[in-house]
Amino acid sequence: MATWTVIDEQTVYHVESGGDLRIDPGLLGWERKPQGLCKGDVCIPVPPGTADGPMEAAEVARLLGRPLEVDATERVGAFGASASERAESLRTGLAPDFTLPDVNGVLHRLSDYRGRKVVLYAYASW
Amino acid sequence: MWQAIHEELGPLGLAVITVAIDRSPDDARPYIDRAHATHPSLIDTEHRVADLYNMVNVPTVLWIDEEGRIVRPQDVHYVSTEFASVTKFHPRKPLAALRSWVRGESEAYPGDPIADLKLASDADQRARAAFAIGWHLAQQGNNEAAERWFQRAGELAPHDFNIRRGSMPIRGIDPAGPAFFEMVGDWVSKGNAYYLPLADTASDAHDFEVEPVEQLSPEEVRRRILENG
Repeated sequence: MATWTVIDEQTVYHVESGGDLRIDPGLLGWERKPQGLCKGDVCIPVPPGTADGPMEAAEVARLLGRPLEVDATERVGAFGASASERAESLRTGLAPDFTLPDVNGVLHRLSDYRGRKVVLYAYASW
Repeated sequence: MWQAIHEELGPLGLAVITVAIDRSPDDARPYIDRAHATHPSLIDTEHRVADLYNMVNVPTVLWIDEEGRIVRPQDVHYVSTEFASVTKFHPRKPLAALRSWVRGESEAYPGDPIADLKLASDADQRARAAFAIGWHLAQQGNNEAAERWFQRAGELAPHDFNIRRGSMPIRGIDPAGPAFFEMVGDWVSKGNAYYLPLADTASDAHDFEVEPVEQLSPEEVRRRILENG
């Protein structure tokens, strides 16, 4: 067993796992129930005979429809958001909410600005 | 500058929120201080907003209404003439459109903003996962391993310059140097555009005739940006 870094979109976790990355789906917010992997009202069936407990990361990614990239040497795995989930979110027409710090570390949430028109301007020093 | 917009249109109900897609507050601070910004100036070190809104380059702007609905999809706007001689983006049409929208005189976009949003492909999202690994490894100082992941991310999403150029500083590559120009040159030579401004407020020669801009060298642009307060 060794310590792996598992990145869920942009959040970093550290988990113990063997050579092939196995994770508790709870790490990604999904609970294993008789119906399968469940989050809120959604359940995704798992293949019959899938043991309880940690699941192969690749299998979790496949079931959730999310891209998984793994560096087995450095023991880092990253689950990206699925393109269809991002598309569904944007197609609602609502601007996805987020919370970020300002340059002084104070957190701001986009939805705090409801009631005003917002210009969201992304830039960089590069 | 966005601070001037914030001061002019804030009383009319506009909130300007800037997001620096940079690796630390220290990278963004010169820009924020130089602008004497009093609007929210946020730092997005993990490229979260880029992922949520499928932003592939900077600057990218989106407009959102009072109900939190996207009313103008991803666009490229500059709101000052200061660097227009170098960027080739003139503020004239963006400013007119912005003022008109905020004043309630016109729609934010002459089309369906949701239908015209640029959406990420599966490969684009895989590239973001690969980038996240590279980013994590680079922050750990594991540069050799990080480099492989940045290469992979760039191959998966060659149009994503938040990835291909945004990774340059942490890789020790000058993002305004030869490697950058070679990358853009290669991209453009294949018939691609580096920026994709929306048509209704895109700059044209007439803008530059009607409102001439100060001619600056790229070096002067960098000097002005890095000179703090």
